[in-house]
Amino acid sequence: MAKNPEHRDLFPGALEIMILRSLRLKPMHGYALVKHIKQISDNLLQVEEGSLYPALQRMLREGWLESDPGISAKGRPTRIYRVTDAGIRHLEREVVSLERMFAGITRVLAAARP
Amino acid sequence: MHLLHRLFTRRRRYDDLSVSIQEHIEERVDELMEEGVPRKEAEQAARRAFGNTTLTEERSREVWQWAALESLLTDLKLTCRRIRRSPGFTATVLLTLAVGIGANTAVFSVINRVLLEPLPYPDSNQLISLWLNAPGAGGLGNFSRGLQLSPSMYLTFSEHNQTFQSIGIWTSGTANVTGLARPEQVRTSVISDGVLQTLAVSPRLGRWFSGADQDPRGGKTVMLSYGYWQRQLGGERNVIGRNIQIDSEPREIVGVMPRGFRMMDHDFDLLIPMAVDRVHQKLAPFGYQGIGRLKPGISLAQADADITRLIPVWMDSWSNGPGTNPHYYRIWRITPNFHPLKQQVIGNVSSVLWVVMATVGLVLLIACTNIANLLLVRAESRQHELSIRAALGAGRRRIARELLLESLVLGLVGGAVAVAVAWAGLRLLVAAGPANLPRLSEISLDAHSLIFALLLSAFSALFFGSIPVWKYARSGVLLSMNGTSRTATAGGARRRSRNLLVIAQTAMAFVLLISAVLMIRTFAALRDVRPGFSDPADIQTMGISIPDSLIPNPLMVTRTQNNIADQIAAIPGVTAVGFARSVPMEDNDPNWDELRVEGKQYPADEPPLRLFNYVSPGYFRAMGTHIVAGRDFTWADIYGLRPELIVSENFARESWGSAAAAIGKRVRQFSSMPWQEVIGVTEDVRVHGVDENAPAIIYWPAMLNDPYTQKPTIDAPNSAAFAIRSTRAGNQEFISRVQRAVWSVNPDLPVAAVHTMQDIYDRSLARTSFTLVMLAIAGSMALALSIIGIYGVISYSVSQRRREIGIRLALGAQRNALNWMFVRSALTMAAAGIAIGILAAGLLTQLMRSLLFGISPLDPFTYFMVLLVLIVAALLASYLPARRAAAVDPVETLRAE
Repeated sequence: MAKNPEHRDLFPGALEIMILRSLRLKPMHGYALVKHIKQISDNLLQVEEGSLYPALQRMLREGWLESDPGISAKGRPTRIYRVTDAGIRHLEREVVSLERMFAGITRVLAAARP
Repeated sequence: MHLLHRLFTRRRRYDDLSVSIQEHIEERVDELMEEGVPRKEAEQAARRAFGNTTLTEERSREVWQWAALESLLTDLKLTCRRIRRSPGFTATVLLTLAVGIGANTAVFSVINRVLLEPLPYPDSNQLISLWLNAPGAGGLGNFSRGLQLSPSMYLTFSEHNQTFQSIGIWTSGTANVTGLARPEQVRTSVISDGVLQTLAVSPRLGRWFSGADQDPRGGKTVMLSYGYWQRQLGGERNVIGRNIQIDSEPREIVGVMPRGFRMMDHDFDLLIPMAVDRVHQKLAPFGYQGIGRLKPGISLAQADADITRLIPVWMDSWSNGPGTNPHYYRIWRITPNFHPLKQQVIGNVSSVLWVVMATVGLVLLIACTNIANLLLVRAESRQHELSIRAALGAGRRRIARELLLESLVLGLVGGAVAVAVAWAGLRLLVAAGPANLPRLSEISLDAHSLIFALLLSAFSALFFGSIPVWKYARSGVLLSMNGTSRTATAGGARRRSRNLLVIAQTAMAFVLLISAVLMIRTFAALRDVRPGFSDPADIQTMGISIPDSLIPNPLMVTRTQNNIADQIAAIPGVTAVGFARSVPMEDNDPNWDELRVEGKQYPADEPPLRLFNYVSPGYFRAMGTHIVAGRDFTWADIYGLRPELIVSENFARESWGSAAAAIGKRVRQFSSMPWQEVIGVTEDVRVHGVDENAPAIIYWPAMLNDPYTQKPTIDAPNSAAFAIRSTRAGNQEFISRVQRAVWSVNPDLPVAAVHTMQDIYDRSLARTSFTLVMLAIAGSMALALSIIGIYGVISYSVSQRRREIGIRLALGAQRNALNWMFVRSALTMAAAGIAIGILAAGLLTQLMRSLLFGISPLDPFTYFMVLLVLIVAALLASYLPARRAAAVDPVETLRAE
């Protein structure tokens, strides 16, 4: 996928958090996941397929996700990804540390203002 | 468990993944089509948006793999398949590597065992070889490695030193064993007290010699070597306490040494106690090898200082008999010249081995450059494939890894074959037993050698593999699809790197050929030197020693030897026979002592030492040593005890100006001795080898009045080396005839050291011929490899430039000019290589100066010859492929476009 200068790279772990958060709403297949993130973020975030699929496999390996055979919106066979209990725990931990980080960054940016 | 589970469910994961990705793209296509995009464009757009599906899939799969390892395995599988697909290329590379690495591994095994491994004695770094320096001792001290110890020195040093745990002296010899099977002459080591303590190797059976065994008036004992025990006594454990007859004297067996135990580098059958008799010791004779074990923490310098202190003590404690000056040896300026025992054992072979190692190393380097060249050509022919793969997203690193992997596989397989080659080579080497190589029996292919072979294979592979990799990775040619089309000519940069390799090869080949030719010329020069005897292949030599206990009377000893000579002379085909205390080149100097020429004054009244030999009538004729003036001894001279002697020509010239002038002149050893008349002058004999100058030699009659005793006694050497001239020398049947002749005189006399003079002569040249053979092999390999290298490069460049040649021909180029174009480029490479080679050879051959004889390392003729050979080789190697270029049919080449 051509690099779009408008979209900056996500920091490590961010993609996983968004996947977990999205799948926690409801289990989805790959294409739906991409669309979902794009819509929710109002096109601000774009998930590259080249990163998505390796990330999904990584999360399957870690036991945060499970995949089941399913049918896509268009009626084709695909795999539906859902979050496991371990995935939820991981998500919650990550969200806490993420919020702390954002708070920190915000404070530093505020203090730097003249 | 987790890992195994992962391994088994992996296949399902991969399928899931493919399904997901497939659906992803199709869904996108559907969506685009819903937006009104035609199917075809929609498919293209979807794929473009998704990116490289294969790569994404591969990355995703890697999550489930030990990524690096598994993709490496895949590559490995591919590489093996590719290697198998080109058997010609593979065979060439493997063969080259097998020989190159094999030779290096073999030579390394030798160097490791001989030079690097410690001697097989406990704490062998404490062992010291006790040689002395005696710069004032004339010929004796200058020859070989210095001065050895005398028994009196041993007594003084071992009793008064403060730096050694133990000191001993020993000497090797022979003894006759009778009463076991037929009489046999065996090798003995006669050892003083302290030798076994110094070497510290426990006996396998029984005990060491005790103090009582070393008492000259005590019981007679003997120890056996493992080999002798097995061979002659059946390895029976009850041999301890048995008596065997040694030199007609019963000795009790007290111990057996373990297998593999040797006296330094000397293989022996029996160990006999020296039983040094303190009462009869004088300052001289200096013929014993001294060894000592340092106390822990003592340095060589401290030991030197300790013994330096003891040399005056020694002179104060002993004398050479009444009326002699005990401090005479001051003018010899004796000082210790101790060095580690290992150095003594290794001797001068280390320079040979390092030269050989460097040589085979260079050959391997040449072989590697050749392989690198092959790989370059191969990579070039794969350029198209590689470019496509690069375009499809294969990373530069990935391709480099693959290229390197191919080299590594080749290198390691080559290394495995090389181990077999090395093993065979070592077997051959040990069987041939060349160059008086010390510790030869210890040489084998061990773990060190295998590790060496492995490392060498890996490094070679990295070396020849990295050249194409570096070439391709650096210039980024991978990404350019142009320049690889079948119509273009190879890029200059790539050709240049191949040319550089050929230049390097030629330079190395030049160095090797120079060293080989220098050795050949050395060998020829040595062969041209007249050794002082003639037709050595027709001289049969053998040793017969008559123990005191068998025939105590010296006159009877001489009569027996005379009878043996007569019996041998009666054998058909024998044209001359005689005997001497020792024959040339056997590393056995019978005696060294002073000799005064009548009417001559000597500085400090001390004449220089001369080498003495003791000869029978007919010895010179049997050896083919010319008598240049006067006459030989007769038996009448011998039995008449006439005061006569024969001298060598160089002594005659030095003393009286010419050989003829020497006849009738008189000499003697010391003032109490009657004058002895010179009755003959012989040509000079290079008794210490053809590469050593001939010493002045004084030939005394085989039987004479012993000059060293107070009251007149007759002395005759007990052990004699017989020389028999016959065209049948060396023939087994002839030897047994000779043996029967000896036994017809006395059935208790064994015949030992049966050689032809040719054997002895060849052995004295063994170091040179070994180096010569190794360098000649290496040199011809280098030459062949560089011819192949030049041929390959030119021939490849011809095939790459066929189109250009066709055009040139079509435009009217002369075929000869085209020929010349290729030949010229080869000659340019050769010339560049030779130029570098001349510089390198000038430097490197200095290292082999000590191996050369009668020729300078910078011998211009040699350089010119090798230069010529290489130029001719380059001409030949380039002319053949160049002719193919000229044979190109322009119409055909152009039509093919």
